[in-house]
Amino acid sequence: MISLTSPIVTPYHHIAAAPKLACLCLYTFAALLTDNLHVQMAGALLVGALYLLAGWHFAKLGFRRLRPIWWFIAVIVLWHCAHREFSIAAEISLRLAATMGLANLVTMTTRLDDLISLVEHLTRPLRRLGMPLHGLGLMIALVIRFTPVLAKKGSLLAESWKSRSRRPRPGWRMVAPLAVLAIDDSERVAESLRARGGIEVRNRVLEWNAPTR
Amino acid sequence: MERTYALIALFAALIAALGLIPKITLTSGVPITAQSLGIMLCGTVLGAKRGTLAVVLFLLLTALGLPLLAGGRGGLAVFASPSAGFLIGFPLAALTAGLAMTYLPMGRLALRAFLAAWLGGVLVLYLPGIVGMAITLDKSLVQASALAMPFLPGDTLKAVVAGLTTAAIARLRPGIMSTPP
Repeated sequence: MISLTSPIVTPYHHIAAAPKLACLCLYTFAALLTDNLHVQMAGALLVGALYLLAGWHFAKLGFRRLRPIWWFIAVIVLWHCAHREFSIAAEISLRLAATMGLANLVTMTTRLDDLISLVEHLTRPLRRLGMPLHGLGLMIALVIRFTPVLAKKGSLLAESWKSRSRRPRPGWRMVAPLAVLAIDDSERVAESLRARGGIEVRNRVLEWNAPTR
Repeated sequence: MERTYALIALFAALIAALGLIPKITLTSGVPITAQSLGIMLCGTVLGAKRGTLAVVLFLLLTALGLPLLAGGRGGLAVFASPSAGFLIGFPLAALTAGLAMTYLPMGRLALRAFLAAWLGGVLVLYLPGIVGMAITLDKSLVQASALAMPFLPGDTLKAVVAGLTTAAIARLRPGIMSTPP
């Protein structure tokens, strides 16, 4: 499973995840609160400049990653221009392009393990309150590992169905067997976790190994 | 303990896998992603608590930048997109479906699961979804509802599939269900 982090390394990669996320949250809220067209235009230009500052190839990759949103914006612009509301069309499309562009920029320039450690750091207070979050890192790893496994099993199910049927696609008929396969996999995963000492022990060992201050 | 953790993680992976398999078509010619079907199943099969946790885990990984949403989308940008309201509605949908499975007084499991899936995956999911579209697209709530209506028949069909699938899972792996049939 590949993450959406850009393979082209930019200066933004070296900024820590927390300040980048904080800036993104602030900008998104500010953009939603204001109706001023000039502010939205300035925001969109700023985001565009941030992409271009990281180099032409990076900007092109980012533009391609945002492809679904260009269609959305085209539809919105056509709709509002048909109703002769040109300033609204400009405002909405500039705001969408800027907020989604900035969010995509954070995703493209932050490594997955940095984000996971940020999440673990942010959830630490919840853990003190007694929420069962000590297995969070392990569960994240399990989802990343098993999503392609289940997708593969799904396409194998579809193929074997196709070889036995005259119809081209199994459609909804493969959902139940796929869910049962996922349940059976989870039983095996649970068994092997228990065989290695269980989640509690695993985390205690990790804590012992952590450097003490 | 380990069973619960593994089950939650595997159902989060199942939601993602259902979104990655593009070939599911319910009515001829109209391709619908099965992602929200996965959300419904989390509620009806795992119940309110485990189901909601699985959906939250799935969304967390999406926000961290994994391309798990239908069509390989992911990252923080989707939470600023017009469909962000639906993403926020996903855990609420699973929670509602799980609660409905417990409290609906219904004999047949398939029927109860269909109603629970529809209540969660359509009624409760559409509320934040429509509010989200109204905010990001600067529309009134009525206009935004009109934008969501074309998806209603497909999502109702998905609730039917979720009901039948839940009954099948209860027959094949009865130990997994949160509610007795």
